[in-house]
Amino acid sequence: MKLITAIIKPAKLEEVKHALTEHGVAGMTVSDVSGFGRQRGHTEVYRGTSYTVDLLAKIRIEVLVDDKDVTATVETIAKAASTGSVGDGKVWVTPVESVVRVRTGETGASAI
Amino acid sequence: MDTGDTAWMLISTALVLLMTPGLAMFYGGMVRAKGVLNMMMMSFVSMGLVAVVWTLYGYSMTFGKDLGGGLVGDPTESFGLTNIISADSLFGTIPTAVFAVFQMMFAIITVALISGAIADRAKFGAWILFVIIWVTLVYFPVAHWVFDFDGKDEAGNVVDPGGWIANDLAAIDFAGGTAVHINAGIAALALALVLGKRVGFGREPFKPHNLTLVMLGAALLWFGWFGFNAGSAVAANATAGVVFLNTVVATGAAMLSWLLVERVRNGHATSLGAASGIIAGLVAITPACSAVDPLGAMAIGAIASAACAIAVSLKYKIGYDDSLDVVGLHLVAGLIGSIFIGLFATSAAPAAVDGLLYGGGTELLVKQIVASGAVLAYSFIVTYLIALAIDKTIGFRITADAEVTGIDLVVHAESSYEIGSQGATRGGYAS
Repeated sequence: MKLITAIIKPAKLEEVKHALTEHGVAGMTVSDVSGFGRQRGHTEVYRGTSYTVDLLAKIRIEVLVDDKDVTATVETIAKAASTGSVGDGKVWVTPVESVVRVRTGETGASAI
Repeated sequence: MDTGDTAWMLISTALVLLMTPGLAMFYGGMVRAKGVLNMMMMSFVSMGLVAVVWTLYGYSMTFGKDLGGGLVGDPTESFGLTNIISADSLFGTIPTAVFAVFQMMFAIITVALISGAIADRAKFGAWILFVIIWVTLVYFPVAHWVFDFDGKDEAGNVVDPGGWIANDLAAIDFAGGTAVHINAGIAALALALVLGKRVGFGREPFKPHNLTLVMLGAALLWFGWFGFNAGSAVAANATAGVVFLNTVVATGAAMLSWLLVERVRNGHATSLGAASGIIAGLVAITPACSAVDPLGAMAIGAIASAACAIAVSLKYKIGYDDSLDVVGLHLVAGLIGSIFIGLFATSAAPAAVDGLLYGGGTELLVKQIVASGAVLAYSFIVTYLIALAIDKTIGFRITADAEVTGIDLVVHAESSYEIGSQGATRGGYAS
C-alpha cells in the first residue's frame, strides 16, 4: 500500500477530485495548506504600502491506494492538476505499513 | 416648535450614533484578527462613557453660559440636563433635549476616531480614563469654541455669548472639520507618539484581516454622515438639502480620486482604497458643506482624497505608528476641508460668503487657517499631556508579550472568530 500526497492549486481541486472519482478512487482527505516552491509569493498593496506574501494557499490531497494502482493514480492527479504554469504543485508517494478500517476492523488492502 | 424639524433631528441623531458602530467595523476590519474585538470595543465603550459624561456636565461645558473669552461653558448650568427637559425649552425650532442628544453623538464619534491610532496595544482601563479626561479637557472646550453660537434677543443683542471661533473669529465650520476631525486627527498623532510603535511595526505585515467588514463600516459611516452634515442644519430645510447633496458628490469624487492615485502609483485600484477615499471625502466636506456649490464640493473631495492617499504612506517614512491612519485621513482631510473653504466658498451656497477663488479676497481664508491652527495646537498639546500623565501613572500600554499573544485574548478573554471544520474550540467549562 502507498500514500499519495498531492499539493495542488486551490482552483484545481474540483478537477482533480472529479478525475480521481472517475478513476475509481474510493476516498481521499483534503486540507487547506500554505507554502511555497519555485513560484515564491506575490505582492499585496494596502493604502499604498506593499507587502510580500510568500506563503501561498494550496490544497493538499491524500489518497491511500493499493500498490498496483499507484502509477495510474499519480498520473491522473498530475494530469488534472496541471495548468502548465509555475506553482502547479507536486505529487509524491510514500510507503504505508498498515491500514485499519475503524468500523469493521478490516486491515490491509481491503481497508482502503 | 416645528415638528418637521424635530422629526428630522431625531432621525439625524440616530444616524450619527450609528456612525460609531460603523467606525468600529471600519477600524475592526483593518486590524489583525487577534485585535479586532479590542478595536471595536474602544469605539463601543465611548458610546457608554460619553453618553454619561455628556449628560452630567459635557453639554453644559459646550453649550452652557460662557465663562469668559468664548473659551468654555459653565459645567454647572445644565448639570444632568435637568433644566432643559421641560416642553417649553427650545433650541431654535426644536426641543433643547433633541439638540443636546444630537450633539452628544458628535462627542462620542470624535473620541472614538482617535482609537485608530493605538490599535492592538492600549490597556482598556487606560483608554476609558483617556476618553473621560479627553472629552472633558479637549472636546467640550473646542466644541464650545466652534459650535456654540451667541444667543441673541429679538433686538439682536447678545444675551448668551458663545465660543470664540464661531462668533469672534467667525470662521466657518458647518459640521465639525475643526472640532471633530482636526481635533481627533492631531490627538491621534499625540497618542501614537506617547504609546510608541506596535511590536513588529515596519517589519511584519500588519494586513487588514477582513476588508468586507471595512467596506460595511465605510458604508455605515457614509449613511450616518447624512445625519452628521445635513442634521447640522438643525432644521429640515433648503440648507439641509444642499448640504446633503454636497456630502454625496464630494464623497463620490473623493473615492474616484483615491482609486486613481492607487491605479497610477501601485497598479491596482483596491477596496481599502475605495473605503478610505469615502472617508477622506466625508471628512473634507464636513466643514465646507454649507459654504460651497456642488462643483466646489467635488473639488474639495477630490483634492483632499488624493492628498490623504499620499499622506497615509508617510508614517513609515517618518516612523510613528498611527495604526489605522487617523492622521493621514482625519487630520489631512480635516485641514484641507476647513482651509479650502477660504478658496471655494461661494455666496450662492447657504453660508452666503465668497472665498478667494470666487472674488471674496483672503479674509475668509485667513480666518479658516487661524481656526484650524488654534484647534490643532490646543488639541495636540493637551492630548499629549493627558496621554503622558496616564502613561506615567497607570501605564497606557499592555506588555509586549500580551501584544504578541493578542489583545483580545489577554484583555477581554475572548477570541473573535470560531471558524474551521472543528466548529468550536476544544475544551470544556472552566469552574
